Amino acid sequence: MKRHLLSAADLTRDDAELVLTTADEMRSLADRPIKKLPALRGRTVVNLFFEDSTRTRISFEAAAKRLSADVINFAAKGSSLSKGESLKDTALTLEAMGADAVVVRHGSSGAPHRLAHSGWVRSSVVNAGDGTHEHPTQALLDAFTMWKHLGESRPGGLEGRRVAIVGDVLHSRVARSNALLLRTLGAEVTLVAPPTLLPVGVESWPVETSYDLDAVIPKADAVMMLRVQRERMQGGFFPTPREYSRRYGLDARRMATLQDHTIVMHPGPMVRGMEITADVADSARSVIVEQVTNGVAVRMAVLYLLLGGSEPAVGGEE
Amino acid sequence: MSYLIKGAAVLGGAPTDLILSDGVISEIGSGLSANGAELVDAAGLVALPGLVDLHTHLREPGREDAETVDSGTAAAALGGFTAVHAMANTEPVADTAGVVEQVWRLGREAGHCDVYPVGAVTVGLAGERLAELGAMADSAARVRVFSDDGKCVSDAVLMRRALEYVKAFDGVIAQHAQEPRLTADAQMNEGELSGKLGLAGWPAVAEEAIIARDCLLAAHVGSRLHVCHVSTAGSVEIVRWAKSKGWNVTAEACPHHLLLTDDLAATYDPIYKVNPPLRSSADVEALREGLADGTIDAVATDHAPHPHEDKDCEWAAAAFGMLGLETALSIVQETMVDPGLLDWAGVADRMSYAPARIGRVHDHGRPLEVGQPANVVLYDPSVRRAVDPTVSASLSRNSPYAGMELPGQVVATFLRGRATVLDGKLQ
Repeated sequence: MKRHLLSAADLTRDDAELVLTTADEMRSLADRPIKKLPALRGRTVVNLFFEDSTRTRISFEAAAKRLSADVINFAAKGSSLSKGESLKDTALTLEAMGADAVVVRHGSSGAPHRLAHSGWVRSSVVNAGDGTHEHPTQALLDAFTMWKHLGESRPGGLEGRRVAIVGDVLHSRVARSNALLLRTLGAEVTLVAPPTLLPVGVESWPVETSYDLDAVIPKADAVMMLRVQRERMQGGFFPTPREYSRRYGLDARRMATLQDHTIVMHPGPMVRGMEITADVADSARSVIVEQVTNGVAVRMAVLYLLLGGSEPAVGGEE
Repeated sequence: MSYLIKGAAVLGGAPTDLILSDGVISEIGSGLSANGAELVDAAGLVALPGLVDLHTHLREPGREDAETVDSGTAAAALGGFTAVHAMANTEPVADTAGVVEQVWRLGREAGHCDVYPVGAVTVGLAGERLAELGAMADSAARVRVFSDDGKCVSDAVLMRRALEYVKAFDGVIAQHAQEPRLTADAQMNEGELSGKLGLAGWPAVAEEAIIARDCLLAAHVGSRLHVCHVSTAGSVEIVRWAKSKGWNVTAEACPHHLLLTDDLAATYDPIYKVNPPLRSSADVEALREGLADGTIDAVATDHAPHPHEDKDCEWAAAAFGMLGLETALSIVQETMVDPGLLDWAGVADRMSYAPARIGRVHDHGRPLEVGQPANVVLYDPSVRRAVDPTVSASLSRNSPYAGMELPGQVVATFLRGRATVLDGKLQ
């Protein structure tokens, strides 16, 4: 693996599969009486969050702690400009504290890239979501969840599996990372959205696109619903929230058209009643809570592999 | 002080001698003798009329940490310019006779090149009501070019009135063509890459729609329109169409848009962040073609200095703009002359005659003939140099060409017969 995880495109198929199998080992820890490994003892992981994201931060925090790393949470809320301190100065501060890995969430696309490539810090940089660019660990946990349900027991893993990603692709870092990673793993991705919420140039992505949810989901093996942020509802991207729900929301009627094995996913937080109805979110097909559980295991795997664990992470009893 | 320039290739022609004395070109011929004049060996050098920039940000008053009139005009002289138009987006904005006279006076005191202040079209660049254009035109600064550059005069009625009003003093409205609603928070050229990088797109149509509207307005009211920093193939087409109608429309292109493309944004290094943004290679080709056939009248630098901290940050937080004065002629050689799209006479037109004509600057952009003002640049097209922004005369270092090897070097610049640059060094 590369030293940083900035984009899902940084991962080769071998890298991605290594993360998935390592995450599987990490997940098995949950069944042990002691859920902690000594793998990163003495290493420091900094969670640098310029945007509020409680769920992603605690997921990384739990992952680092289960690997016995020291964790520093650095919540630099708001943009660097409004705060007065620049990204660079924050980075230099962390460097001075001796961080081994910096997990960064930032509202500006490319901020983790700048952190990794400007010579400000020497540590590994993990992108925990940057602007409308990418969120590679979310894609890894989504892929892991799909693999457990749809890939583990068949040769080729997710090869040829069909995944529909539905909603605000334009502003979604989750969709970008998922499209790249799922393609790397051989899955076939269809992005479904109103034309106003598909990015210019999406024709060049390694995916299919559709405006018609009803035509796509009966063939899908996994349906991933994206959140529609409240500010987009006022942005003129679609006429009304009700019209959006009618055309692109997943409700019981649409769920009835899915194949028996098809799973329903959501990166959270959900807007129930908007892109997904409560009965779908809470149905037996929904793996939304499992995604959260898997998030910790996948982030353990990422931190472990990036920080150069050469020994097997899960060895004998210590 | 007088100079005997020996063996210069005037507009790339046969080597000849020129004598500059009393501020004018007093003699041209072969085998001229010094008669006390200082000898300048110009063997192998091309002589061009002093360059004229229609689009320079000197930052003074207000942002003297980024550039001053003195430092910016020093950079201009080193780039071969004898006149620059100083854009109005200073702090305070150059929207009154007082501010434009201040900038004009600072230029005279610095003495590196002539400074022609551009007046703001609207008060405070706010796009709400006309600034006192007449007062600026009548001031000592004698303003003829008006622009809200940095912002678009997007209100159609206001733009119409501005175009009409400046007819009274032969002014021109230089439009920064950017439809604001289509470019809210825009960060880079809208295309395949912006979607992948997650950077908000700046679509070509936001430039082209305004240019089309303004060409129609200029035709309707019979006034003069100048289009700043044309950056797209579609814009070139629209300007070509407007000119074919005989309308009084002129346009400029920037060196960086002639050389660099939007793929540089993939580095997320804001040194490549500029407004309008770097575009596709097809756009670059169209700009070069437009400049070659005269659709684009002039090269203008849009020299935009910014302090280090405004570029040493994440992309979205960074300022738009890049340095340009000291590299402009080299880039025109690289992109236009060396590929055979433009000869040196063409360079003289696009970088001196045409911009002077558009700006109504009468002492510049004159042919190198006896009796004309001695505004001359001597340029060595045979050398290649790696761009090193740390040796720039500008107070800022935001050159996107750092480390890039470019052809050519300005050896000497003369402003009314006085050397502002000699042996490549500021005098």
